[in-house]
Amino acid sequence: MQHRFSTEAIEKSFQRLTQDMNHCVLRLVEKRRLVVCVRRDVPEPIVTDHVLGAMVTVVERGGAGYAASGDLSETGLSLALKEARERARIAAAFPLFDAARLPVPRAKTRMDSRPSGGMPTASECLELTREASRVLKDAAVNAGALGKIADWSATIDTAECHSLMLSSAGARIEQSYCYLSPGLSVVARDGSQSQQRSHGDGHIARRGGLEQLHAVGFADQGERIVEDALALLNAPECPTQTTDVLLMPGQMMLQIHESIGHPLELDRILGDERNYAGGSFVTPDMIGRYQYGAECLNVVFDPEIPNELASFAYDDDGMPTERHELIRDGILVGAIGSASSCLRAGILAATSARASGWNRPPIDRMGNINLVPGEHNLKALLSSIERGVMMDTNRSWSIDHLRNKFQFGCEIGWLIEEGERKGLIRNPGYRGVSANFWRNLDMVGDATTEAILGTLNCGKGEPNQLMQVGHAAPACAFRNVEVFGGG
Amino acid sequence: MVERDYFFALADDVTVQAKPGEIALLNFRGETSDFIRYSRTRIRQAGRVRQARLRLTLVSNQRQASAAVDLSGDQKADCSFMRSKIVELRAQHAMLPEDPYVHLASDLSDSERADSIQLPDANEATTCIADAFRDLDMTGIWACGENCAGFANTSGQRNWHAVGSFNFDCSIHSGTNSVKQSIAGQRLDLNALIGSAEDARKTLSLLSRSPRRLKPGRYRAYLAPDAMVEILGLLSWGGFGLRSYRTGRSPLMRLVDGDVQLDPRVSVFEDVASGFAPAFTAEGFIRPDRVPLVDNGCFANCLVDARSAREFDQSVNASVEAPLSLQMAPGALADEDVFAALDTGIYISNLWYLNFSDRNACRITGMTRFACLWVEDGVPRGPLEPMRFDDTLYGLLGERLLDFSKTRRLSLDPDTYEGRSFCSALLPGALVEGLNLAL
Repeated sequence: MQHRFSTEAIEKSFQRLTQDMNHCVLRLVEKRRLVVCVRRDVPEPIVTDHVLGAMVTVVERGGAGYAASGDLSETGLSLALKEARERARIAAAFPLFDAARLPVPRAKTRMDSRPSGGMPTASECLELTREASRVLKDAAVNAGALGKIADWSATIDTAECHSLMLSSAGARIEQSYCYLSPGLSVVARDGSQSQQRSHGDGHIARRGGLEQLHAVGFADQGERIVEDALALLNAPECPTQTTDVLLMPGQMMLQIHESIGHPLELDRILGDERNYAGGSFVTPDMIGRYQYGAECLNVVFDPEIPNELASFAYDDDGMPTERHELIRDGILVGAIGSASSCLRAGILAATSARASGWNRPPIDRMGNINLVPGEHNLKALLSSIERGVMMDTNRSWSIDHLRNKFQFGCEIGWLIEEGERKGLIRNPGYRGVSANFWRNLDMVGDATTEAILGTLNCGKGEPNQLMQVGHAAPACAFRNVEVFGGG
Repeated sequence: MVERDYFFALADDVTVQAKPGEIALLNFRGETSDFIRYSRTRIRQAGRVRQARLRLTLVSNQRQASAAVDLSGDQKADCSFMRSKIVELRAQHAMLPEDPYVHLASDLSDSERADSIQLPDANEATTCIADAFRDLDMTGIWACGENCAGFANTSGQRNWHAVGSFNFDCSIHSGTNSVKQSIAGQRLDLNALIGSAEDARKTLSLLSRSPRRLKPGRYRAYLAPDAMVEILGLLSWGGFGLRSYRTGRSPLMRLVDGDVQLDPRVSVFEDVASGFAPAFTAEGFIRPDRVPLVDNGCFANCLVDARSAREFDQSVNASVEAPLSLQMAPGALADEDVFAALDTGIYISNLWYLNFSDRNACRITGMTRFACLWVEDGVPRGPLEPMRFDDTLYGLLGERLLDFSKTRRLSLDPDTYEGRSFCSALLPGALVEGLNLAL
């Protein structure tokens, strides 16, 4: 990435401006994003986005304050430092905690996980999305049903990201990576009945470049989703009953995200998110003894998976991160949080303070939250269910502010009868309560059923932030789940 | 940076770079905002954000491409960078086919709206908030500053929109109970903050009674205006846009098709004139003052942005295909009569995390949150345990609608995802004969 700024000049300015400061951190973020979308065979305007700015954080008199600016000149940084100091003094008058206890980042390191070819070009993405769009249309034509396809699109959303952290204690942490988020989407319509099928479309974002497109599949998935969407138009509704459920990774990722990842974030547990994203049914005393789920439930925070979306060596507070068990054999054993939340809670958690950009402060955030695969292949999972429902690809999600009562909907489902996948059903959904649901986890699929997925759009925080999170999950079988259909 | 003058100077420099036959559009968004985040009435994070973004769109030979950049405030550097972007966009044009949906305003229409107001500073705000909420467990955010947007093009059109405001969005907690409060505007009134804290104390006192646990089923309900904001907010997710309708994604498909009607008292409109969002679009169109969306229970219009207008041969009436300044017609139910009219049922102050259960049926789900009450014989008896509802909006605002409140509440959107929101909603509460609780 050719930078719009001089790293050397910024480092010199920072050193000059912070000579009298004990605890000051600069976090610079640069991102070049490219979004190419072809809809109904017509390329949408190509969007390129160049994000660049820095946040400085100052700790003084027990208060912490930040200021963010796109002005990276010495004058701009000087103004930001002055404003951050003013906010530190304001915070010090009504502090939630003694910011003087916060550790100052000291590491000197450079992590570069960008693929050798860098991020794909607009020309490459345009060619790939046009080809994928053609595949979608051809599939509809070949099915003799182009008139029933109300919309189709192919998208590649990719970016190259770079961050530089400097501290008054001498830290210099540079991290660079690329991500790629492909998406295919098709909507079939017949009268007042519409059915959407997608592949990716925001849920299979990964670290890396075009090699990830080949790994997760793109144009080659087009024919399948067109066939699915058309078949769903005439499929029966998902039955309303309490039954066994087999969830595929495309739904498991949301289930893990909403009812394990978020409740284990320390800022929720401490009450900081109660006005917006909500709190948690988890309390600090539950760690180490609470039966979160069945014995086959094992969940980890793992920032070390190279192609998973939220892999990083240092968080946005400049603290090192590492793999951390969250649930072991069904027992809650860990949480996720910033260094400041760990201090406040008196808990040694998975270190993960993250910011959505240069203009937002780091907050407690999940990273890669993965459910560890078990020993059963898909056939064994299906065989364990006499009668039930199989679901895939999340399309609707909702959960209460303490992460208890949830309801999810999926794009596609199948009946399971006598241990085999049978007919298609439309509008499958299910609801439950986190604790009961995870304790009813009966079987965990093996690595052959696992998918590494991720999304760019997890919303949380005040001011609001959208964050990248990764979830690797196998297929899982649950007992006694309340399922329902549409209408 | 004085945003207006800076943007127009930048626009002057960039637009003269355009070659004959090229059209450049520039869209600016900027803000200088204080964010003071509270937890347990103490400051969790305090900061200031100065950000300015420019999106440059270059159109020539029926091709278009755009580039967005964060500006530095250094005019020479920013101009130089934008000139390099023009070169990049020209290179993109070379790889693009003709875009049949390019649609730019042809009439020149300058406009300027700029509030000149002295906003409260962070010191004043934190002192007042500490005074008002000292003995309470308050969590939330103070956001304050100027929020601005601008448009310029090679034809010489210039539009500017700047609104200074604060938005104090918080909730007060006592054990598992909580009540939402928000105060937004331009002048900070300590008495209003004290009044808000006092209201919270009274409500928390009511909430301290034993919570009511309800079984799933259908209950008579009053949805307060803040709950209606959530419902209409979800509906805005594809419900009012032309593209979502034509592509089979609209949850209001059956309403638009005329297969169903809502209660005749339901009228919904986008009211640009009284809202806080810019009247101009990214292509230079000026939005009409008012766009009826639902008129007396029947579909009236979709919101149509410039690209959809070209694709589906309609007129532009929106900058994006979702309401920015939503209004709903009031009803006849007086505030003081709400509990009596509800009689026995649930008073829903706020809803949370709504989503669609089945878009085809406009069936939605979500959770009750904050100070929701169980009411018997017109008297609030105590708090309601959080409940999940799952119901069709065609029923709630159709055959089961009893009345809307006479008073509407103006809600300024506290969202700050890309930047501080310009959106607002002026909505009444709704009394319904039955709301389906599922869990």
